[in-house]
Amino acid sequence: MRPEVALPVLLPLLSGAISLMFWRSRPMQRFIAVAGNVALFVVSLWLFIAVLDDGYITMQMGGWPAPFGITLVADMLSAVMILLTGIIGLAMGVYSLATTGRGHEKFGYYPLMHLLLAGVAGAFLTGDIFNLYVWFEVMLVASFALLILGGERAQMEGAIKYVTLNLLASVIFLTAVGLLYGTVGSLNMADIALRMDEAEHSGMVEVLAVMFMVAFGIKAAAFPLFFWLPASYHTPPVAVSALFAGLLTKVGVYSLFRVFTLIFDQTMGYLQDIMLWGAVFTMVTGVLGAAAQYEFRRILSFHIVSQIGYMILGLALYTPLAIAGGVFAIMHNIIVKTNLFLISGITHRLQGTYQLKKMGGLYRERPWLAVAFFISAFSLAGIPPLSGFFAKFVLVRAGLEAEAYVATGIALAVGLMTLYSMVKIWNEVFWKALPEDNHVPQTHTPTGDDGRLLKPSLWMMYLPVVVLAMMSLLIGVFAEPIMLVMNQIGEQLMTPSGYIEAVLGASASAEAALLDPIEIQAERVDNSLEESP
Amino acid sequence: MEPLMALAIGLLYATAIFMMLRRSIVKLVIGLLLLSNGANLLIFTTAGMTRGAPPLIPEGMMQPLGDVADPLPQAVVLTAIVIAFGVLAFAVVLIRRAYEIVKADDLDKMKDTDT
Repeated sequence: MRPEVALPVLLPLLSGAISLMFWRSRPMQRFIAVAGNVALFVVSLWLFIAVLDDGYITMQMGGWPAPFGITLVADMLSAVMILLTGIIGLAMGVYSLATTGRGHEKFGYYPLMHLLLAGVAGAFLTGDIFNLYVWFEVMLVASFALLILGGERAQMEGAIKYVTLNLLASVIFLTAVGLLYGTVGSLNMADIALRMDEAEHSGMVEVLAVMFMVAFGIKAAAFPLFFWLPASYHTPPVAVSALFAGLLTKVGVYSLFRVFTLIFDQTMGYLQDIMLWGAVFTMVTGVLGAAAQYEFRRILSFHIVSQIGYMILGLALYTPLAIAGGVFAIMHNIIVKTNLFLISGITHRLQGTYQLKKMGGLYRERPWLAVAFFISAFSLAGIPPLSGFFAKFVLVRAGLEAEAYVATGIALAVGLMTLYSMVKIWNEVFWKALPEDNHVPQTHTPTGDDGRLLKPSLWMMYLPVVVLAMMSLLIGVFAEPIMLVMNQIGEQLMTPSGYIEAVLGASASAEAALLDPIEIQAERVDNSLEESP
Repeated sequence: MEPLMALAIGLLYATAIFMMLRRSIVKLVIGLLLLSNGANLLIFTTAGMTRGAPPLIPEGMMQPLGDVADPLPQAVVLTAIVIAFGVLAFAVVLIRRAYEIVKADDLDKMKDTDT
């Protein structure tokens, strides 16, 4: 019985339920938003430390043994993702207090935020493929409702695209799960992986792999399926944008990593090229889309797409080092991208607009905000010694080792283009003087998203921004211990036998070894050969 | 039975995609509904259809006699139906609000956020 595996899912559900009970009490909901997310952060830290000690932690829900019940599994990858969820949840809990208008709070902003975090945490921890679908839907339903809080025209238009494409992806995912069950007769991911090794490799497996790739590709906003993201992420209240930007697409990327290293590891040879070029086009189209934009949050939205390309590149190269780099990119991106959205919220509060042309003069007015933006933006572009540099460095090195020179070259060029967009924001928002036709109320009477007056509580907006900027800096400084964790993730993902053993027990994998000892031994030799350089 | 089901599922998917490609947002939601129904039938069919063999173990035995129906796909389909129902309820409210705000049942009129 390891409660720390289940708690990151249960705690936000509980906070959400308690928050619902205090539907009419605004102070109580705000208190739970912070207290619940502090608890989530503490538990996620606990899980991370426990996994660091033990490697794998599993828990069988309801005491049903592994292939029959639902298993929660925390390996290193899950633990890191849960830790990041805890960090972002805490940052958002504090930031929301200052930015969420009363109208939004009245319509259940806080319960929905908790529900969203529960869905994200569940997706990271579950070891059952149908359960993964369920958590995806929990997350999606919460995100739908958050996306249209406020009900402005742009939000409705964005939401129709977001809802349609995400539901389409869910149906493709569900179809693939159904066909997968028909093919191997199990829903437990470790069990599927085991049976997949034994099953003959018909065309069906390849079709399934492609269906999963498309379904998660839509959810991760990979090329050519990303159009819902820039159409919708700049429309909701800024705290919601930041939460989505930090976590939602990364759940899709996480699922790609999980499914393609555990279940479809043998179809990778066939899909690798498609995935590699998908990643390259994702990077390029995202960054070019951003170059054409002059709205703060739209630029950032296109950069989410571009950065997703780096993560998928890590998976597509398919070596332990590349996977470590991909996960490093996920980690760096969750922190930095959320922070950039949070900063866009502060500049909106100060200058009343997201249009770069109408903004200006913030370097003189708020030097510390400028410093926080500088750190985050240059980290995104991959300037040493910030976190983005090491993510890119590892990926580039893995790319060169795998002799994918073109893709690596493009990844570096995209870094330069990212710098261009970030410098554009820097010039327009911080460096140039405030244009004269923008009549910013100099008294800065802050209003919520619904236009009502709020108490001037800017420190609640600054606090998460400063902490996240510091984290980006610290990841850069302490890159080596973090890289050790990433390498461990790379090794764990490339040798799925550890995961299978942790879920099904040593007996099951030994049984499998009895069934076909030569093949599995040959596979182990292959793995060790791959690891040795 | 299986070929018949396969035809029905194919028809559902095809109709759904046709509906989703129309410009009307009402048809879009109908398409989504048909698509999730098709997926549910597909799970039901691919898991194997068995007639008149409930998954019950006779008293005093440890495992069922002979072939029995697999109860798991039914549990899965039930969950998926509930989820699809909830999401559909949301989508219907969403298109109603969108219609009230945009005053058009036409996706081509909803391009403000695209560029």
